[in-house]
Amino acid sequence: MDFQLTEDQRALRAGVRELLEGRYGREALRASLDSADGGDPAGVVDRELWRELGEAGFFALRLPEGGPDGGVGLGPAEAVLVFEEAGRVLLPGPLVATHLAAGVVPGAAQGTAVVTAFDLGGPFVAYLGESDAVLGADGAGAEGAAGAGAVPVRSVDPLTPLYRTAGAPGAVSGALRDEGALLTAALQLGSALRTTELAVRYAKEREQFGQPIGGFQAVKHLCAQMLVRGEVARTAVYAAAVTGAPGEIAGAKLLADEAAVRNARDCLQVHGGMGFTWEADVHLHLKRAWVRAEQWRTAAEAEELLAAELAAEAAAEAGGLGG
Amino acid sequence: MDLTYTEEEREFRARLREWLGKTLPELPARPSPDDWPGRRAHDLGWQRRLYEAGYAGLHWPVDAGGRGATPTQHLIFLEETERAGAPYVGANFVGLLHAGPTIAAEGTAEQRARWLPPVLRGDEVWCQGFSEPDAGSDLAALRTKAVRDGDEYVITGSKIWTSHAEVADWCELLVRTDPGAPKHRGISWLAMPMDAPGVTVRPLRTLAGSTEFAEMFLDGVRVPVGNRVGAENDGWRVTMVTLSFERGTAFVGEVVACRRTLAALARTARANGRWDDPVLRRRLGRLHGEFGALWRLTQWNVSESTRSGGVPGTGGSVFKLRYSHARQELYDAAAEVLGAAGGALSLDEEWTLDRLSSLSYTIAAGTSQIQQNIVAERILGLPKGR
Repeated sequence: MDFQLTEDQRALRAGVRELLEGRYGREALRASLDSADGGDPAGVVDRELWRELGEAGFFALRLPEGGPDGGVGLGPAEAVLVFEEAGRVLLPGPLVATHLAAGVVPGAAQGTAVVTAFDLGGPFVAYLGESDAVLGADGAGAEGAAGAGAVPVRSVDPLTPLYRTAGAPGAVSGALRDEGALLTAALQLGSALRTTELAVRYAKEREQFGQPIGGFQAVKHLCAQMLVRGEVARTAVYAAAVTGAPGEIAGAKLLADEAAVRNARDCLQVHGGMGFTWEADVHLHLKRAWVRAEQWRTAAEAEELLAAELAAEAAAEAGGLGG
Repeated sequence: MDLTYTEEEREFRARLREWLGKTLPELPARPSPDDWPGRRAHDLGWQRRLYEAGYAGLHWPVDAGGRGATPTQHLIFLEETERAGAPYVGANFVGLLHAGPTIAAEGTAEQRARWLPPVLRGDEVWCQGFSEPDAGSDLAALRTKAVRDGDEYVITGSKIWTSHAEVADWCELLVRTDPGAPKHRGISWLAMPMDAPGVTVRPLRTLAGSTEFAEMFLDGVRVPVGNRVGAENDGWRVTMVTLSFERGTAFVGEVVACRRTLAALARTARANGRWDDPVLRRRLGRLHGEFGALWRLTQWNVSESTRSGGVPGTGGSVFKLRYSHARQELYDAAAEVLGAAGGALSLDEEWTLDRLSSLSYTIAAGTSQIQQNIVAERILGLPKGR
């Protein structure tokens, strides 16, 4: 057993971080925000960046090497490391759906097609107007599904445009849904780790009562709890990627959702009044975390799945508590 | 990232499982929690069996009488023994997990030869004399003093929260040897025989009603200078070397035990109908995810310490913070599943005592607040302060 990153995995993560920080740093994030805020959600998904991600193997990462779609031949463990980095920089777009569509929907693997999915379990769907295709309930792509009776709604997250569809479309199910939940958990993990860094940086800089606020235990302990949530989510997500067990993926999604949402809120609190402004990035992490918590597998679904697994495991043995 | 065990590790597990299957049915039942001499005899008897089978001091270095097992083998040992329902380390806790490793790391050859074999064989029990009435979280403020008199130290003061004091042969004692030095630099580490004249032990009753620990009064106790481990006034560093062990693998078996408790709880909830309450069911599902993640965090920390050559990292504090809280959540959920009708208010139920004892987890071995300071200052680099 060696449950630590290999040298190759570390190098992959470092490479992706360098690429994303260079290509989608804070300025780019604020530019997409301004564009969406100005009523142009089309600017949210940067097609050129999407193609660059495709060329870098972001979408074809898990497709077999030497195949027609230029697969990279890596596995879920590497995929979560890459998605963690995308979560750190708040990269917008239906990253998970397009990744899952690679090899199924033409152009998805190369990043020439933007593919979304009915991963919200209701009439709402993210990035519908910005996508070329929708990943169907059966895992196959339905091209040109973007139009047909869908209307845009004002989304809580300015960088996740939402649309209400006419009917209630079938959500992606089975193994594909587990994969979607795992990759979304990785995005949440990246966000949770990033908000910890933002909070700690601010707590070291901001001075009140003649000292950095990070010296006060009330603030220090918020930061410590953020780190703990992040580290627990990290091991849960990595382990779920390695085992691929549905129960473990559900646990990872649950813990990563909680880490992303609660860390963003604590980060907001540490930032004080600044945290409540449009100018600080904290709200973007929180709003995206709220959206992702609803995608692929909600907390209620994850907890029910875990409860069912617990019951099945428990039934294999005998004896209860109490008399 | 690899969660599979090597061929060697699988063989180790299989041999251990076979030995446990043979040995455990022969063990006598554990005496009642109040029968301290009985518990001492029971825990030492188990340690003796481990010793004879070659499992004592598994993770200790070979030159300290241990087996030099890898952290992963140690993890497997803790997992399998707990899963099989073997006795916990019990009265041997301080000797095996704290005083022993301290002596192994910092003691002279002579000191190792004197004190380590009896710990491994299950002949001697150690207790820990660290905390004082006025030095708890601020351990370095301790005031028990040791004054040099020829070849001896003369010790005066008092200690508190000393588990197993009533049945211990030795105490790892922190004393102030230089009252003029800065507080961290005037402390020494001594091995004090518990039968020395001037040592008085007074049991303290816990909120669970048991006498798990005691107060210790030291009145002119004479301890040979040769019982000091490490240099005079270097006791703080000597202690810190091994405190991280306490937070490293000390809870591995307990996570396994909590997962067993949770499974038993699920069976109870299915049987008494509480499982049909979606709020409670979801709560149990969440706990299942939580303890699953804590187990993975354990494997992560063990793998990390393997790579760093056996040194436990700061991951121990992260783990302890989360685990101590989760354990309390587990027993709160148990109370809700059982309800008054199922014995939630009855001290005749063993798990009720476990629920009460879970309250100590966020306090003992560094409170959650101190752990959060450690995490914030040592990992996140936030400034020291209040």
